[in-house]
Amino acid sequence: MDFDLSGDQRLLKESVDRLIADRYGFEARRGFMAEPEGWSRANWARFAEQGLLGLPFSEEAGGFGGGAVEIALVMEAFGRGLVVEPYLSTVLLAGRLLEEAGEAALVGRIAAGELLAAVAHVERHSGWNLGDVATRAAPDGDGWRLSGTKSVVLHGDSAEQLLVTARTADAQRDRDGIGVFLVAADAPGVARRGAATQDGQRAAEIHFAKTPARQVAFAGDALATLERVRDQVIAALCAEAVGVMAKMHAITVDYLKTRKQFGRAIGEFQVLQHRAVDMYVALEQARSMALYATLMAGEADARARAAAISAAKVQIGRSGRHIGQEAVQLHGGIAMTMEYKLGHYFKRMTMIEEMFGNADEHLERVATAESIL
Amino acid sequence: MDLRFTEEEIAFRDEARRFFREDVPEAIRRKVLEGRHLAKDEIVRSQRILNARGWAAPHWPREWGGQGWTPVQTYLFQDEMQQAGVPAPLPFNVSMVGPVIAEFGSEAQKRRFLPRAANLDDWWCQGFSEPGAGSDLASLRTKAVLDGEHWVIDGQKTWTTLAQHADWIFCLCRTDPSVKKQEGISFILVDMRTPGITVRPIQTIDGGREVNEVFFDNVRVPRENLVGEVNRGWDYAKFLLGNERTGIARVGTSKARLRRIRELAGLELRGGRPLIEDRRFREKLAAVEIELKALEMTQLRVVADERGRARGKPNPASSILKLKGSQLQQATTELLLDVVGPHAMPLAAQDEGAGRNEPGIGPEYAAVAAPTYFNWRKISIYGGSNEIQRNIVAKAILGF
Repeated sequence: MDFDLSGDQRLLKESVDRLIADRYGFEARRGFMAEPEGWSRANWARFAEQGLLGLPFSEEAGGFGGGAVEIALVMEAFGRGLVVEPYLSTVLLAGRLLEEAGEAALVGRIAAGELLAAVAHVERHSGWNLGDVATRAAPDGDGWRLSGTKSVVLHGDSAEQLLVTARTADAQRDRDGIGVFLVAADAPGVARRGAATQDGQRAAEIHFAKTPARQVAFAGDALATLERVRDQVIAALCAEAVGVMAKMHAITVDYLKTRKQFGRAIGEFQVLQHRAVDMYVALEQARSMALYATLMAGEADARARAAAISAAKVQIGRSGRHIGQEAVQLHGGIAMTMEYKLGHYFKRMTMIEEMFGNADEHLERVATAESIL
Repeated sequence: MDLRFTEEEIAFRDEARRFFREDVPEAIRRKVLEGRHLAKDEIVRSQRILNARGWAAPHWPREWGGQGWTPVQTYLFQDEMQQAGVPAPLPFNVSMVGPVIAEFGSEAQKRRFLPRAANLDDWWCQGFSEPGAGSDLASLRTKAVLDGEHWVIDGQKTWTTLAQHADWIFCLCRTDPSVKKQEGISFILVDMRTPGITVRPIQTIDGGREVNEVFFDNVRVPRENLVGEVNRGWDYAKFLLGNERTGIARVGTSKARLRRIRELAGLELRGGRPLIEDRRFREKLAAVEIELKALEMTQLRVVADERGRARGKPNPASSILKLKGSQLQQATTELLLDVVGPHAMPLAAQDEGAGRNEPGIGPEYAAVAAPTYFNWRKISIYGGSNEIQRNIVAKAILGF
């Protein structure tokens, strides 16, 4: 049992932390968001150069063979910087799925920063259930044609390739009959509408009308593979959330020490100190569970893995809401403004709470599983 | 990074598990797991079994029987002990007065007291709190005045846990009223049989007789019973309180209690179905289990970090363990109340609070639910209340 980083992991952490500290200030981020795609191509090239885009992929696929710990280090730093580039969507979701499908050429292009991809799985009434799929795939010669609508496709507006979940058979909520299909974003029958998200990122609604597609093949069941990759993404998201929460807590403590009212720093008031302490406890509990999720992300037993990941997501959701709301409250009016940084962390945290299942949904998963203790 | 223990650590854990389950009588462990009170002789018997194995005070210095364990071994030992329902060796002996004597006491004191404390030949109690000195402990007023070869002690201690069983009490006494309050306190060992000591029980809201008031009226104590230097008692008290570290979260105790709750929720019916199958109940249970898993991970982080720390210098994060650990222990007692529902109402037959000799009604396990809930409210009050823990975190970690 040890939580020390290896030498390589420490180097990675230092370099990513430095990258964020140097290049991802609050004003700089505003600039990235104002670029045509809502994020910075220059940053993307920098990520590629530093090896971050190939980090989770095996060396055969042109990657660096990083595991959940390496990804967590990157994501926690990205949380502190509120990074808006499509790392989660292109690398951790689409890239990892393509790797599972043995699409080494496409994975290699992602690692090199030459390809943007997104996974289209959410539908208007699917919630976060990967097995609730109304989009249909109909056979067409050697390939398939997709019809249906996907929602909130993370960075779906800038992606060049889309991985789309669709049914080849069975009813909308059956676990069987689901496939994953590769579609070029400019293929006939694709209509996309991009939109900004609450947290300064981008998402798209995408219609498919008899769109030609190629099915990607997994070694095992497609839905089980999707769920495994989703669990790894949740672990990464938990790490990002820890970065976001740690920053909110630090900003708040600083503010309490400097903001003066009644002739003294408001942090001298015990009632505010104690609330800052409760935020700290919530942060450390979240950090512990994010670590647990990281170390369980590769667990072979799918049920144990899913319960662990869900437990972490519940803790992140609860801690995130507590810390976010308290951070705003302890600041007072300034936290309500777009010009102050805190609100942007609060908004990202709130969206993370709703991504890939909220606390209620994951609590149900934990409650129906074997005890995690 | 690795969540797994080494092969040696697993072997050690298995050895501890086997020992606790095979050598400590099941009747005693069952009482603990079911939340019933232990009699004095059961606590003594259990500690002597541990001591015979050298495990009553494993964290003491080696020359006094300490085992020189790694922080991970200590963690595994405590976790297994708590999960098996083995009563912890009397904390007043092994976690409080023992380490203070071993660190600051004279050679004669060490020889006289340490082996007997480990074996529970002497039962120690703690004379710290007073009616006017709770969270503000340093304002204590019980005074000790040197008169020839004796300290003469006058005053009152309170909340003295299990003083009715005690042979000795370690007291913080005011020995210099003219200086800053922390600088005029001494640490003195007092034989409970000394004339002038009166113990008066305090009945607590669970009906139990766990704590007492202890009165000192012209109590004459041999001069050599002072520990360390005169007026340095506050430093020793801080050392003592810093000694309780990772065990304080009591994750193993909460785990055992949640297992018990699952078991009982399988016996209690709601709408003709076992409560454990009720979705709302399962979600409440899961919510506590998640927080407990998080605390276990926090504890492991502290344990991993302790490897590089000096003894007596606790990780400030251990305050989190006390804060969250107490809240979770209390949450488990609330779940138990939920499980038994209306059957929590009758007083148990043996409950002294009834004031009458009546047989109880309903299952015995239900009768302990409410007293446990009432009693465990103490956990967030004693040993530095949760508000004091927040003050510590605010200062030591957040820099306020």
